[in-house]
Amino acid sequence: MNNSLKQPANIVVWVVLLTMPYWMGFVGGYTELATRILVMALGAMALNFLLGFTGVLSFGHAAFFGLGAYGAAMTIKYIAPSSMLALFIGVLVGAIAGALIGALIVKRRGVYFAMTTIAFGQVFYFIAFRWNTVTGGDDGLNGWHREPINLGFTQLDIYHNPMLFYYFVLVIFAVSVGIMALLLNSPFGRTLLAIRENERRARFLGIEIERHIWMSFMVSCVFMALAGGLYALLNNFTDPRALRFDLSGNFVIMAVMGGMRSFWGPLVGAAIFVALQDVVSSHTENWMSVIGVVFVLVVLFFPRGILGLTRKANNS
Amino acid sequence: MSLLQVQNVSRHFGKLVAVNGVSLTVEPGELRAIIGPNGAGKTTFFNLISGFFPPTSGKILFNGQDVTALSPEQRVNRGMARTFQITEIFPELSVADNLRIAVESAAGLRLRPWLGAKDRGLVRARIDELLDLSSLTPKANRMVGELSHGDQRAAEIMMSLALNPKILLLDEPAAGMGDQETYDISRLIRRVHKQQKLTIVLIEHDMRVVFNLADRIMVLGEGAMLAEGPPEDIANSEIVQAAYLGKAA
Repeated sequence: MNNSLKQPANIVVWVVLLTMPYWMGFVGGYTELATRILVMALGAMALNFLLGFTGVLSFGHAAFFGLGAYGAAMTIKYIAPSSMLALFIGVLVGAIAGALIGALIVKRRGVYFAMTTIAFGQVFYFIAFRWNTVTGGDDGLNGWHREPINLGFTQLDIYHNPMLFYYFVLVIFAVSVGIMALLLNSPFGRTLLAIRENERRARFLGIEIERHIWMSFMVSCVFMALAGGLYALLNNFTDPRALRFDLSGNFVIMAVMGGMRSFWGPLVGAAIFVALQDVVSSHTENWMSVIGVVFVLVVLFFPRGILGLTRKANNS
Repeated sequence: MSLLQVQNVSRHFGKLVAVNGVSLTVEPGELRAIIGPNGAGKTTFFNLISGFFPPTSGKILFNGQDVTALSPEQRVNRGMARTFQITEIFPELSVADNLRIAVESAAGLRLRPWLGAKDRGLVRARIDELLDLSSLTPKANRMVGELSHGDQRAAEIMMSLALNPKILLLDEPAAGMGDQETYDISRLIRRVHKQQKLTIVLIEHDMRVVFNLADRIMVLGEGAMLAEGPPEDIANSEIVQAAYLGKAA
């Protein structure tokens, strides 16, 4: 069970993430791109908590990403100029929505679960799209920006210093994936694996399936909303696309492409996705078709995702 | 007091009557076998006892309490464990982790995000005990999906045992096994039954297993009970021979 958390892999991942802003420029990138990779990776890993480690596919997770984004953006624009409060409110909004929607849909399975998540996601999308006066409608919510963080003795100017913002996001990312890793290695996490592996056997071991799926859904929604909040802070902007089902699909692609059975798989998937998107979209509007081809190739030749290969090698 | 009392249960699937007014009483410490030709309703009867689906009519008492309306999870928590005709395990996890999930669930730890050293030690010890009992210790770290059919069956029985059940329901434990595997699994069931004084109800097609293990046997045919009694009586019963050898006999 610890295969996905092998020490050498962990060291490589953290060294890469800690140094990313310093070498990003040499490979044609820039600091904001590195930050975007982190944020999307957090989203993909949050989705994968549910998909890869509980065996439940949500196709509407952008709803919680978007609620986190709008929650954060509207907090700064309408309530108080504080980045931390913005993230907190964003997560809170996502968590409440996740708790309610989760309770309504946990009895659904497979494709029915996926369809209902899309449906709920689109509800939020259309609210954001239509409610011009509050959400800015199709134009999105602008006229605000992330605020420096006041620590009392000093101030972190994450607004003007992109490098500092990267490390701010990295700290939040590290705490979040640390919590997820801890949960996955606990009895609770093993219970989720049991549900993924064989729901009937899990039930006949006395495990209340719906309750555990709901809790996994909640964990997933909380970190998804956090990623969404960070995404809004990164762009100093949010619009209804942050809630739309094609973004939900993108998170699924990241997780599957990277390897949904491995802990770091979605991070790798997100890095490839975001980097490809950045490079290809500067040449053509049809960047999605390139990603589509890459996705098809990965699924054909690495059915368990890019990191699925190494995991298989570890097992035997 | 009887441990399990099934009172006149029936189950209809549309027009099909899969189980028709069957009653069964199992005493603590007993090893009861249920036999019958294919389609006799044995597995349906098991599904009613374990709560896989509710009976159309009738009542099930376990430990003196009415459990007819309880979910499988609730019955497990009251001390019922079962295996399935087609092995139900966690194929992509190791043998030890399969057992670990069962042990942690039985200990009420399944919502814990964290385990202290003491709990971890207790869980570890219980897993080792179960591995030892089933001779699976050398294969503890293998993925259970990669093991032989017989070992997978043994692993499933051990997972059920990990729940510290008051009654263990085994659905064709020797199904699809060769002679050696059948012998091994019979020995394992006998050992568990004797050592832990565990009450067991099993469905089985292999008559060697049934006559070797059972204290009492119930015979089902076309959803109804045909006969019940100690193995000697059943072996000589004309009704049973007719049911097995066909109506022509």
